[in-house]
Amino acid sequence: MKFTLRIWRQDNAKGPGAFVSHGIDGISGDLSFLEMLDLLNEQLTGRGETPVAFDSDCREGVCGMCSLVINGRPHGPNALTTTCQLYMRHFRDGEEITVEPWRARAFPVLKDLVVDRAAFDRILEAGGYVTVHSGPKPDPNSMPVEPAIAEEALDAATCIGCGACVAACPNGAAMLFTAAKVSHLSLLPQGQPERYTRVVKMVEQMEKEGFGGCTNLGECEAACPKGISIKFIGRMNRDYFRAVLKEPIDRRGPMNAQ
Amino acid sequence: MKLDAKVPPGPLPDKWDAHVDSIRLVGPRNRPRYRVIVVGTGLAGAAAASSLGALGYEVECFCFQDSPRRAHSIAAQGGINASKNYRNDGDSVFRLFTDTIKGGDFRAREANVYRLAQLSMSIIDQAVAQGVPFAREYGGMLANRSFGGVLVERTFYCRGETGQQLLLGATSALAKEIHDGHVRMHPRTEILDVVIVDGRARGVVVRDLVSGEVSSHAADAVVLATGGYCNVFFLSTMAKGCNVTATYRAWRRGAGFANPCFTQIHPTAIPAGSEHQSKLTLMSESLRNDGRVWVPRKQGDKRPPAEIPEAERLYFLEERYPRFGNLVPRDVAARNAKEVCDKGLGVGATGYGVYLDFRDAIQRLGVKTIEARYGNLFEMYERITDEDPRKAPMRIYPAPHYAMGGLWVDYNLMTTIPGLYAIGEANFSDHGANRLGASALMQALADGYFILPVTIADYLSRHPSGEVKADHPEFGRVEAEVRERTKRLLSVNGKRTVLSFHRELGQLMLDKCGIARNRAGLEEALRRIPQLREEFWRDVKVPGGEGELNQPLEHAGRVADLLEFAELMCLDALTREESCGCHLREEHQTEEGETKRDDERFANVSVWEYQEGAKPRLHQEPLAFEAVHLAQRNYKT
Repeated sequence: MKFTLRIWRQDNAKGPGAFVSHGIDGISGDLSFLEMLDLLNEQLTGRGETPVAFDSDCREGVCGMCSLVINGRPHGPNALTTTCQLYMRHFRDGEEITVEPWRARAFPVLKDLVVDRAAFDRILEAGGYVTVHSGPKPDPNSMPVEPAIAEEALDAATCIGCGACVAACPNGAAMLFTAAKVSHLSLLPQGQPERYTRVVKMVEQMEKEGFGGCTNLGECEAACPKGISIKFIGRMNRDYFRAVLKEPIDRRGPMNAQ
Repeated sequence: MKLDAKVPPGPLPDKWDAHVDSIRLVGPRNRPRYRVIVVGTGLAGAAAASSLGALGYEVECFCFQDSPRRAHSIAAQGGINASKNYRNDGDSVFRLFTDTIKGGDFRAREANVYRLAQLSMSIIDQAVAQGVPFAREYGGMLANRSFGGVLVERTFYCRGETGQQLLLGATSALAKEIHDGHVRMHPRTEILDVVIVDGRARGVVVRDLVSGEVSSHAADAVVLATGGYCNVFFLSTMAKGCNVTATYRAWRRGAGFANPCFTQIHPTAIPAGSEHQSKLTLMSESLRNDGRVWVPRKQGDKRPPAEIPEAERLYFLEERYPRFGNLVPRDVAARNAKEVCDKGLGVGATGYGVYLDFRDAIQRLGVKTIEARYGNLFEMYERITDEDPRKAPMRIYPAPHYAMGGLWVDYNLMTTIPGLYAIGEANFSDHGANRLGASALMQALADGYFILPVTIADYLSRHPSGEVKADHPEFGRVEAEVRERTKRLLSVNGKRTVLSFHRELGQLMLDKCGIARNRAGLEEALRRIPQLREEFWRDVKVPGGEGELNQPLEHAGRVADLLEFAELMCLDALTREESCGCHLREEHQTEEGETKRDDERFANVSVWEYQEGAKPRLHQEPLAFEAVHLAQRNYKT
């Protein structure tokens, strides 16, 4: 197969970028999209041109490193599929394919198709954990978890943090990502002690990072390669309102000397 | 090089507790004075960095990915072992220990493996406390499944994404420590060398992958959790970024490298298709619980699998190993798949594939049950191959998957360089010559959560903190070497791309040092690798500059190291004149075609010492088997 690739090229974080067209021929339908880009880079390098920078690592759809907005859709045309698992057989021979980086204020472009997603990490650092140190813990079966609850927590925890939800959202909101992380822990008994402080801290950090607001468009769910449901956004909002509408009891305040 | 494993005295079950009781500790007030560098944020690295941070040490943590949570531990699918005996099926610490020793074909250190089995239970407790949503039964108790090479159900799992969930647990703990200021995280930063001053590890030299800036970082101890090197085969199940640079550079600085030829070839990956393919995708071993492995009995039988009658199917694992059947250990399953394909019985376009068939399981249990167990794996397979495994059997073939070899470490996980530690897949580990399924996660987390944070104190407490700073001249010297190397890579300006060299090396290694090895092949590889390396440095083309985000340059540095390391692998494979576990030397087989060990000469760990300008020198750590009887593995009766 033969394609014309319209790719966003940008030298570095400062530089202005522009679309550049690259032609590529002799592509088998069994190549993944990233393997096709590998091949393009081989050819560009051979011709003395600069190869296209793009992120990828595991190439099996789970690390969340790969990105790319392909023909206007994050991770391309297929539902529940990351770019690394998208195959060229899903494109028409001769098609012009537009390839862009994630577009969002909170994800600045570093080079070509590579963006900086550190904002996600800072949301997690704000509270996306259960505070436990390494060391002896009670036997897990001493705290039974209903399997349906464990499964629902896993539905949320399956988020790979790729950022497609942000790229898909016209507002550039990170609600689906944050909600998935919040819900994973708020569903499980282990996450209860910090449930309300966690949601407040994470939402506050999300807002600080410059992500947009949620207007319930649902584009995030449609783009999510892991099929994370927007019901988790509702869940997070409920927890958030519960946490902020009532004066939180800070039991971790200074203790009186005995 | 002196190899002192420092295995504590006393009976096997008491060694670890007695060791913890007797080693020196660093008090809570003193810990913030000690700085520890942790390289890598997979299960081992994230667990170690978060545990050390929580203890109060000052931790500097590095990873080449854009976020710690992307490290390749995330791709582990099947599960994690623990000897909880929740199933009441006769499991125990001792049984997990013996399974692991036997699975590794008696090439691991007993004391380490016993400790691993002991700690396995605490890992599950720790992970659940962090909020890892393991599969549960209706009553709310943890569920289990079975894996290859064992007769009990001791594997805990989260669908087909156990590694991801455990890594999210570990990196969430790391996130907390970053937030609290105990860990300083450096993502998109690659380690390029280790700095040794007065014979002790004092820091690292790294390159910022965005700005290209090379910088020095000093510490009181350095922990390498940099994973395995199967990308020496180019096509493997490892992530594209996985590399040998950290451990290889440490070797050049004096750390012993143990058993480099022990690489696991996982039996169930999707077969390679096109010449431009960039990686192999694993299909979890858990599929072998319900899938039956077969090939047509007739050579060149091109009929669709559904049209091949039962009598004309060769269920080669079930026939040859009636007791374990499709659940034989990985090395055995992989070797047998290669054997039937070499005989011309393989399926698929290339003839290098075997069927993994769910027809009988679906008939027996219904498509719904099978779907619940393996749904996401089926989808993954379908996405890649465009075929539905519910209707036609999967095609699978072995793929390089895990490196049992790695830096030699003593009982404290310290390499032969004082102050330099290696944990997780980066060390030569507890898996001997073959790793059992669901054991990698266990070992990485045992090292990171429970072993290293304790044993490192013994070293730190013996030395004053902050003795060497990054302005020490040795850092400047190593930095200059690193810059020089980068300049050289950029200045060759030849005709061939880095990728083309990597592919060629991979093909050579897969042919000569893959599932089966022999003297002639290894000798040929040892002739061709230096030629390829010479060509690389004469004709490679690395575009772009030094001071920018330059992915071809990153790749070139990694391939340059793999091109040197490959030679060490072949040398090790040639020297080990026996077959054991994953290491099948065709000259050493039993009459039935099983691996034939030579315990007289090779019941030991091969540890290689780097020699400037000369052949690496071999040292051996003898392995004594006191608790498990040294015997031929038997998965047949």
